Amino acid sequence: MTIAEKILAIHAGKSSVSPKEIVDARIDYVMVNDVTGLPAFEVFEEFKASSIIENTVLIQDHYVPNKDVASAEQAKSMREFAGKYKIGNHFDVGRGGVCHQIMIEHGFAAPGRLIVGADSHTCSYGALGALSTGIGSSEAASAMATGELWFKVPETQKFVVDGKLGKYVMGKDIILHIIGDIGVSGSLYKSMEFYGSTIESLQLSDRITISNMAIEAGAKCGIIPPDDAVFNYLKNRVIGEYTPVYADEASEYDDTFEYNAGEIETMVAKPHLPENVVPASEIDVEIDQAYLGSCTNGRIEDMRAAAEILKGRKVHPDVRMIVVPASKSVFEQALRERLIEVFMDADAYVAGPTCGACLGGYMGVLAEGERCISSTNRNFIGRMGHKDSEVYLANPAVVAASAVTGRITDPNDLESS
Amino acid sequence: MVEKCIKGRVWKFSDNVDTDQIIPAKYLVTGDRRELAKHAFENVRPEFADDVREGDIIVGGKNFGSGSSREHAPRALLGAGITCVIAPSFARIFYRNSINIGLPLVECDVDAEDGNVLAVDFEDGKIVNADTGDVYTFPPLPDFLMKLLDVGLIENTKRKLKGTNG
Ligand code: SF4
Repeated sequence: MTIAEKILAIHAGKSSVSPKEIVDARIDYVMVNDVTGLPAFEVFEEFKASSIIENTVLIQDHYVPNKDVASAEQAKSMREFAGKYKIGNHFDVGRGGVCHQIMIEHGFAAPGRLIVGADSHTCSYGALGALSTGIGSSEAASAMATGELWFKVPETQKFVVDGKLGKYVMGKDIILHIIGDIGVSGSLYKSMEFYGSTIESLQLSDRITISNMAIEAGAKCGIIPPDDAVFNYLKNRVIGEYTPVYADEASEYDDTFEYNAGEIETMVAKPHLPENVVPASEIDVEIDQAYLGSCTNGRIEDMRAAAEILKGRKVHPDVRMIVVPASKSVFEQALRERLIEVFMDADAYVAGPTCGACLGGYMGVLAEGERCISSTNRNFIGRMGHKDSEVYLANPAVVAASAVTGRITDPNDLESS
Repeated sequence: MVEKCIKGRVWKFSDNVDTDQIIPAKYLVTGDRRELAKHAFENVRPEFADDVREGDIIVGGKNFGSGSSREHAPRALLGAGITCVIAPSFARIFYRNSINIGLPLVECDVDAEDGNVLAVDFEDGKIVNADTGDVYTFPPLPDFLMKLLDVGLIENTKRKLKGTNG
């Protein structure tokens, strides 16, 4: 069995499962955020359930601090729900950050676990060897009430990346390269598993970026076999015990894709699909905004990559750069390392953790015709604002280099100029 | 109960219709179907909310419903009176959400234009385009999902809770 098959089999109490089989499986954690929470709470009340599973996590991140009265009401409903059912795992403003970063930082995500979240990028925890996947609000409520959910066992695709990455090439570029190759529905309903020397050499933050964007290829999950990088990260962090799960030698894969890391450059996904990928060096487009943040690339390692480029430089006068560390602890670490100072000296605007601009919610929304280079994961029509605005996806180093020149720029070209 | 046979007017969409197109993020401050329906497809088909009629059908391209997990998307379509979405493939969370809240989906590659009338028979797995006369077949949903669609996730969960709680 593959990793996804094994995790589902274990949680369904079966000795084996096969692709396309539908199983009822026990879930380890269920998470909702402030947007998907409200509909889930309403549905939960309809069940008249006598209890809620202990492993419920509530995270305020999309529209907080509240952008208007409606979002304030929404956030309030989460507070009230947390109070009524005595849910300790409630991360409100000032204590948390972007939901997926919190799920990882606070030790909810761990190898071998089956985790669902009412947010599509729940697949991020695959980087720690979990099977985690996005679900809807009603089924999140159902999972909170019963501790179980139905799953269709996915087919698994194997992705092998070998070799050494070039300078400024990050996890983001690997996943953009893969999506550019297989397309936005290249892994529809499937589990992606990542292998190879390049993946093994990546720091955890880059692996999380890869798993985070599995959904951008349509996948159910994107799993990386856990190793010491994961076990060390989880020391003194993980809640409870966990058991790593690995694929059998004789696993059956739907397909295998092989890539040479040396051929992967810093990449940019042009509007309006993450599959519209070109090397950053081959695109020359003026930008109005540069955004560094999100569950894709808002970690301390991403802040470092951008600060390295911005240090001693200024953001181009015609560009607004917005920096949003993905969580309270990323923010604190960036302060300690004086990265926030680097950003502010460069004239970037730094804000506390929120999803805000990433989904065109508030705080960084684009006007008609404006273009943004962004470290996020989606460049759909109107994703960050006006329907005629444009989002270009890239890694944090490319975002920083582009902020400096005012045009989409490969950081390697910045050095030589 | 979901009807076994429906007939409706087509709204045609292309490939990769994402949930941001179905319902833009700025309206995600309510879970109410009718309220959400007022803004369905606002950025890409501004006339949709006003012109859509009870019983209409959406025919999409591949990977329909990609993007965010927002259940608000199928809720907005139900609120608009859509009775079925037909597409060669669906994004998986949209698929789950739709079945769970009782919006039937059909995986089938159908040639149809805006305004064509389609008849869909869920049990027999048959679609007829009344304007062109073309007939299409599709494998009906697996039993488990058919039942879920029929009963609805909420009722299904209630039954389960009763069962386990004695
Ligand atoms: S940062 Fe963006 S992609 Fe991540 S959870 Fe928030 S809105 Fe979604």
